[in-house]
Amino acid sequence: MKALTFKQGIHPEYNKELTKDKPLKNAKRPEEVIIPLKQHIGAPLKVLVKKGDQVDLGQKIADGDSFVCAPIHASVSGTVKEIRKVTDPGGNIVDAVVIEAAEEDKLNSGLEKHDSLDELDPAEIRNIIREAGIVGMGGAMFPTHVKVSIPEDKSVDYVILNGAECEPYLTVDHRVMVERPKSIVFGLKALMKAAGAPGGFIGIEENKPEAIESMQDAVEDDKNIEVKVLETKYPQGGEKMLIEAILGREVPAGGLPLDVGVVVNNTSTAAAVADAIRDGKPFYERSISITGHGINSPQNLIYRIGTNIGDLVEEAGGLKDNAAKVITGGPMMGKAQKSLNIPGVKGTSGILVLVRDEVEDYEPSPCINCARCVDACPMFLMPTQLANYAKNNMVDELEEWQVLSCVECGSCSFVCPAKIPLVHHLRLGKAQVMAKKREEN
Amino acid sequence: MNNELIVTSSPHVRSQDSVKKIMWSVVIALLPAVFAAVYFFQARAISVILTAVAGAVLTEYIFQRIRKKKITIKDGSAVVTGLLLALTLPPSIPLWTAFFGSVVAIGLGKQVFGGIGQNPFNPALVGRAFLTASYPVLMTTWTVDGVSSATPLSQMKMEGIATDTWNLFVGQIGGSLGETSALALLLGFAYLLYKGYVNWRIPLAMVGTVFLGAFAFGTDPIFHIFAGGLMLGALFMATDMVSSPTTKLGRWIFGIGAGVLVVVIRLWGGYPEGVMYSILLMNTAVPLINRYTRPRSLGEVK
Ligand code: SF4
Ligand code: SF4
Repeated sequence: MKALTFKQGIHPEYNKELTKDKPLKNAKRPEEVIIPLKQHIGAPLKVLVKKGDQVDLGQKIADGDSFVCAPIHASVSGTVKEIRKVTDPGGNIVDAVVIEAAEEDKLNSGLEKHDSLDELDPAEIRNIIREAGIVGMGGAMFPTHVKVSIPEDKSVDYVILNGAECEPYLTVDHRVMVERPKSIVFGLKALMKAAGAPGGFIGIEENKPEAIESMQDAVEDDKNIEVKVLETKYPQGGEKMLIEAILGREVPAGGLPLDVGVVVNNTSTAAAVADAIRDGKPFYERSISITGHGINSPQNLIYRIGTNIGDLVEEAGGLKDNAAKVITGGPMMGKAQKSLNIPGVKGTSGILVLVRDEVEDYEPSPCINCARCVDACPMFLMPTQLANYAKNNMVDELEEWQVLSCVECGSCSFVCPAKIPLVHHLRLGKAQVMAKKREEN
Repeated sequence: MNNELIVTSSPHVRSQDSVKKIMWSVVIALLPAVFAAVYFFQARAISVILTAVAGAVLTEYIFQRIRKKKITIKDGSAVVTGLLLALTLPPSIPLWTAFFGSVVAIGLGKQVFGGIGQNPFNPALVGRAFLTASYPVLMTTWTVDGVSSATPLSQMKMEGIATDTWNLFVGQIGGSLGETSALALLLGFAYLLYKGYVNWRIPLAMVGTVFLGAFAFGTDPIFHIFAGGLMLGALFMATDMVSSPTTKLGRWIFGIGAGVLVVVIRLWGGYPEGVMYSILLMNTAVPLINRYTRPRSLGEVK
């Protein structure tokens, strides 16, 4: 069968060999965790603990009243040492609860265990997902229960699990698919039931044959779930690209997958949903790839949320002497960090360390109109034109030429031979249009 | 860790392509045509080509020096312009004229607009148009092996097509340095295609249009696509990135438009130099073409 795909896109070097065969293993239990109190897209939370409190593993330490938010849980049993400001991987200064770990962990989440989905109705499933604090693990950290809460006037026919893992280097979803396929399928079924979707797909890029095989075995008995093999191309895992590749549907500009009857979740997120339902385990740990040529012994770890990223790097053998850039996430959309002294959060799927030779000093030269960016853009935008409009504050043109559709995938910057930081200009362009919209309202 | 971490915005990896690589690949792609020119016109070809390239590079250097800009002659773009211009010149051209053509190509065709990426026209064609206007006689004196010959465009006959076509294809004909061997040009173009450094829509549309146009008006289409500067123009000048459209549909339109103009000029203008003006004219339409062929973005309701 021919692999499915979207139109345009790019083929970066994947570099997955560094970690793809390294089984997930538990990272050393940290002596202290620093848990930021905002780890989702949506409304801020209220902290539920204070300095000196004893907390159990999985105990809720922050929650909110608003629909679009996800509570946060203690990732170790221990004592609340303080609540202070920290810089999170996104570069935001946020409140964080610092917990000093006790000798031993005692899981106490208040979540019940359910062996089967039959005893749960959709609302109950959504509630468990919410109470477990589950958010999208691909990086965007959008609350999962919100995604599967379908408004009355809409309906969903498919839940798609994103196992594309199209970001180079990262291999977490890959490992979870290889090692925990049954959990992923259980989670997918829960998400389907919660969203009222009769069908499910798991999309995986061709370059992960072990994951494809593992997932295919796991869904063998399920008539309504299908593994879809996708072409290895970036950004195959983008929500809109996945839907285009698998269903040939086009999410309307400014709309959601919901508008075309689809909900998209990450495969690792599905596994987390299964853990919450079956084991009563909230989202307090996740898997991560510590990788790149600047890391001494690259590996895949399962770490407690709030673990210092520097500790994880140490566990992977530390930085090499020629390490030059540390990125949380993948090389295409991840964020370069000033310091290793930051806590890992729910959306942190990778720590990538590039070495000096890989971090060239790109000096932009004038655009030569080669149209490589135009031919690469999966959203069919014209990055070169948009970048010019953004530089000249031409807000009307930016809007007319659809700058808001840019998904910031970085494909345009990747291919540009003049090394123009196109995405950077486009982000500024988007901000200009948003500012204008706010003014108008 | 002994060094500061570098912080820049994403993406953190880039493709290996650069402007320099692209431009030097174009130079490599033009080498078969250069060798063909040397084969047919010997030392004469070498001196014209070297003079034109030297003129282009020197002009670029002087302009950038005077304007205190970064010297970018190493990026290969001036070499490309010099080479392209040389290939459009008759072998008998006086060297000073070739040199002067290059000065105009880079000076008027490129640097006055602000250098690479800013020029609305293909610089080599600007140089060539200037020379044609100023020195019409020098520019239309064609010789092969010291013997003046009419260009094939005026010798059309239906009989003996096989031989004629073969000669046209490999280059046994009168004409400018680079026009004579379609084979050499196609070889070079194939290299660029393989590297992914050139778009195929413009040349296909342009050559295809000329073929169909010639056929529709009862002339020999094979002859028309191999004669004159069509191959050189379609493969290497109309495809100049800076002065051609960035949308796929736009490239079709650009190529077809240029092809139509070539047919019109050749059949009714009675003037064999249709290719150059066709491309220059279409260059002026590029901003407009881009504007009206913007693709529908994913999910956009137009
Ligand atoms: S314009 Fe936006 S969506 Fe298109 S390639 Fe660039 S970053 Fe990706
Ligand atoms: S890829 Fe770079 S040089 Fe090419 S058109 Fe886009 S912005 Fe210009």
